[in-house]
Amino acid sequence: MIGGLELLLLLPMAGATAALTVRGRDGVAVWCGLAAATVTLVVSIWPWVALHGDGRVFVAETDVAWIEPLGIRWHLGLDDLSAPLVVLTTLLTWCCLVSLLRRPPDCGGVRQLVALVLVIEMGSIGTFAALDLIVFFVFFEVVLIPMWFVIALWGDPHDVVGRRRAATRFLVVTVIGSALVLVAFLVLRADTGTFDIVLLRERGVATGTGTVVATLLLMGFGAKVPMWPLHFWLPDAHSKAPTVGSVLLAGVLLKLGTYGLLRFWRDVVPDGAVAVAPYLGALGVVGIVYGALACLAQRDLKRLIAYSSIGHMGFVLLAISVLTPQGALAANYGNVAHGVITGLLFFVVGAVKDRVGSSDLDVVGEALYARAPRLGAIFAFAALASLGLPGLAGFWGEMLALLAAFDPNPALARSTYLVLMVIAAVGVALTAVYFVVAIRRVCQGVADRDALPDVATDEWVSWTPLVLATVALGIFPVLMLWSAVPAGLAGSP
Amino acid sequence: MTQSVDWWSIAAPLCALAGAVGALVVDAFTPRLSRWLPSVVGLTGLVASAGFVMASYDEPRAAFCLPTTLGRPQDCSWLVADPTLIWWTVVLAATALVLILLTPSYARGELPAGETTFLLLASATGALVVAASGDLVTLVIGMETVSLPAFALVGLRRRDRRGAEAALKYFVASVVATAITLLGVSMVYGATGSLGSGSVATAAGLETAVTPVIGVGMVLTIVGLGFKVAAVPFHAWVPDTYVGAPIPVAAYLSVVSKAAGLVGIVVVLTRFFPVYADTWTVVIGVLAAVTMTVGNLAALRQLHAVRLLAWSSVAQAGYLLVPIAAGASGDGVAALQSYLVMYAVVNLGAFAAVLGAATLGAVRVDDMTGLARTHPWLGIGLAFALLCLAGLPPGVVGLVAKVVIFQAAVDADQLWLAVVLAVNVAIGLVYYLRFVVALFMPVPEGAWEAGEDEPADEMRGIAEGEGGTVATARAVVVRPSDVPWTTEFVVGLTLAASVVLSVFPGPLFFPYG
Repeated sequence: MIGGLELLLLLPMAGATAALTVRGRDGVAVWCGLAAATVTLVVSIWPWVALHGDGRVFVAETDVAWIEPLGIRWHLGLDDLSAPLVVLTTLLTWCCLVSLLRRPPDCGGVRQLVALVLVIEMGSIGTFAALDLIVFFVFFEVVLIPMWFVIALWGDPHDVVGRRRAATRFLVVTVIGSALVLVAFLVLRADTGTFDIVLLRERGVATGTGTVVATLLLMGFGAKVPMWPLHFWLPDAHSKAPTVGSVLLAGVLLKLGTYGLLRFWRDVVPDGAVAVAPYLGALGVVGIVYGALACLAQRDLKRLIAYSSIGHMGFVLLAISVLTPQGALAANYGNVAHGVITGLLFFVVGAVKDRVGSSDLDVVGEALYARAPRLGAIFAFAALASLGLPGLAGFWGEMLALLAAFDPNPALARSTYLVLMVIAAVGVALTAVYFVVAIRRVCQGVADRDALPDVATDEWVSWTPLVLATVALGIFPVLMLWSAVPAGLAGSP
Repeated sequence: MTQSVDWWSIAAPLCALAGAVGALVVDAFTPRLSRWLPSVVGLTGLVASAGFVMASYDEPRAAFCLPTTLGRPQDCSWLVADPTLIWWTVVLAATALVLILLTPSYARGELPAGETTFLLLASATGALVVAASGDLVTLVIGMETVSLPAFALVGLRRRDRRGAEAALKYFVASVVATAITLLGVSMVYGATGSLGSGSVATAAGLETAVTPVIGVGMVLTIVGLGFKVAAVPFHAWVPDTYVGAPIPVAAYLSVVSKAAGLVGIVVVLTRFFPVYADTWTVVIGVLAAVTMTVGNLAALRQLHAVRLLAWSSVAQAGYLLVPIAAGASGDGVAALQSYLVMYAVVNLGAFAAVLGAATLGAVRVDDMTGLARTHPWLGIGLAFALLCLAGLPPGVVGLVAKVVIFQAAVDADQLWLAVVLAVNVAIGLVYYLRFVVALFMPVPEGAWEAGEDEPADEMRGIAEGEGGTVATARAVVVRPSDVPWTTEFVVGLTLAASVVLSVFPGPLFFPYG
């Protein structure tokens, strides 16, 4: 049977093809891509709503044979975990394409860039929707090469060698990680005889095998998330990427790692993960503190946001490691909140970089409030959201993770998690420090340089959905929770 | 003693051989048609051979059997079963594509048509024989029939000292390897009193005073086959030979000669020495790990396109050995064959595209900058083939084939090999992608400009030194019509095949039955 999620894969591909082949000016090509992204965004909301309506675990499920001799099936479906992330992906892609409409890259090739962004969208949606291990793996790899091109060809124009090095490092680290993930999948298949996530969940995996698999997945996805100490590729990749690359990298690609870890630890190897979970929690907490301290030392705004991502992902990893429904909820909430807020931050910083030519703090200068008041206000808003101001989305991401750590799975040592929770809470304070420092450095002070062009109409269009989502998720966290709690999370192991 | 021969079972190699002789004869009698007639005759032979493969064999067959004597299993020199037919299909299809690639060089007078076709088909016949061999002498004769014509093919180009040097290197290395193999065969014969697979397998199963001799004999026999596969440490001939040979011949060596070596290893290990599986899985596993690592690391530094593909084929040989290390029984052989089919298709595509670029004068990776923009057909074909070799989407067929060999390693509990494989796949990405990226980069000033009427010379890049350390971009003659349609046909065919297999990889797994 065909469930219809194929539409979400075909629409971006159609948009990419149209952007590459349509005749006329480049603007027409961007409009084609944007049209495809708009339709995809609208369509992608439907499974999320449908999920709320009936009690099924998976909506829009497709399950047909693909490579029969190996038992690989074309099995797609969305549940409480993946549906919000698909909407996040389509929303961020839409914002990216809107931003390309009026501001094509200086080096040209906007058609190709639009096509690559849409291919990344297609690969990410496929990864979130896949319910077969090999299909998951194929889509997981689909996003890599387009992202490599985005960073290497449209990245920092002042540093051609550096951007290619950053792109290659990103690619190689991710591929080593994904190869380990593949080994884990094959171990699962050798143990249970299936690649199907639903069947794996039914059949269960022996604890011993499960621990091996959980460890391999931890290392593999850890490189993608990135988890300290596998994070070294991230700051360069973010700071060298163009704005749309940074937004998608932080907003969507990092989520592929946390989503994969959560999906397989929760659904496939819940027992095997018990032995490894405390290590994941500890590494996550190290990431929180490390990210915060590294942020304090940054001289470059894009690198600063990149390091703050490591901290936020640390909260998500901590939430995954508690192995409870509350933890899964917190992790997923953190994923979406981070995607929206960090996407917005990268858009704003990208706008600043476009205007002054660099994201170096010294070059950017002070007093953004005076030189471009609206831009400064949005930067401050996003930074406050990111540091976890109550009332905005970031708050719930961190708070739910801490709450989940207070009450971990009974199989885990609670005292360990209490310690981790306390350290993570210190991390929250440090996060507040560096973002407040950043706001003071960039936004306040005496205006000793020229005024900058303020936020333009197309930027408003592109950023407003993210601002609204940040506020909405902060005031009504139930937006995320209504789909999440009833169906899958509460009932799953 | 007279013996009835099952002609049906040997029809396929006979047809290929008939095509070889026929090509030589028609070339001698109709010199004016030598631009295309020998190729057509050769292709006819290959198609007839493939027809026999497709149509005839529905059950295992044997020929040239010794009469059964008391207490000995029956030994047959010729064994054909389902897996054999898959090997044959790969060899025949790949040879046909190489033949098509070679044809335009007859018209240009670079290669003599009749001789080239004869040598190519004779060598392919040897590869067919190896896959069906049931005793060690047939195996060695088959291997030599693969190699001897190949030496000549490498050095056949007129007025070309580099080709001669490449042929000599290839010849010397090959002869040494064959001598070692013969030493191993003689030790096995001395210790077991037999050369047939049934008798050797039985004798090897007995614990006697000569058991160590049989073991040593087995390892030495494998050496010569490792040379054909280009496994480290028998790989040193590969880069120079590939670069010195005409590019289609290099493609032939990288696919058919390698396939012959692989099937030889599978035959020796599974038909003759299944009882030593505990030993040789470890040996082959180490060989595989070392081969892929050395191949990938060396490929990282290559700037010359053919040389890069040469080292990449060494690395791929390592991947191909993994399923053998996983036991080579049942799904192991099936995994090997699935990967080989993928490798044959995309590697031939890559070589064909590089041949096309070489006729345009671009022999180094740098020279091919922007190829996908100036010659989309060649550039996209090459890029897709490289992505398949790397195993990254959109080359899903390469990815799925990698999954299969990973699975073989994991199923055999060789997790360490799977992890080595994982790291190597990541290293491989770096050079494959660098190549792909060059193809899509903007065209540099001065390159790909028509004007200067200088004949394309694919040897120039080599003159710039080992690995091409002198990076001088040259303006070259480019006329779109310069690429022969045969080259574009092969690029298009392999591209179409790999794209179709990427969407529906099912047919790739027919060895699983």
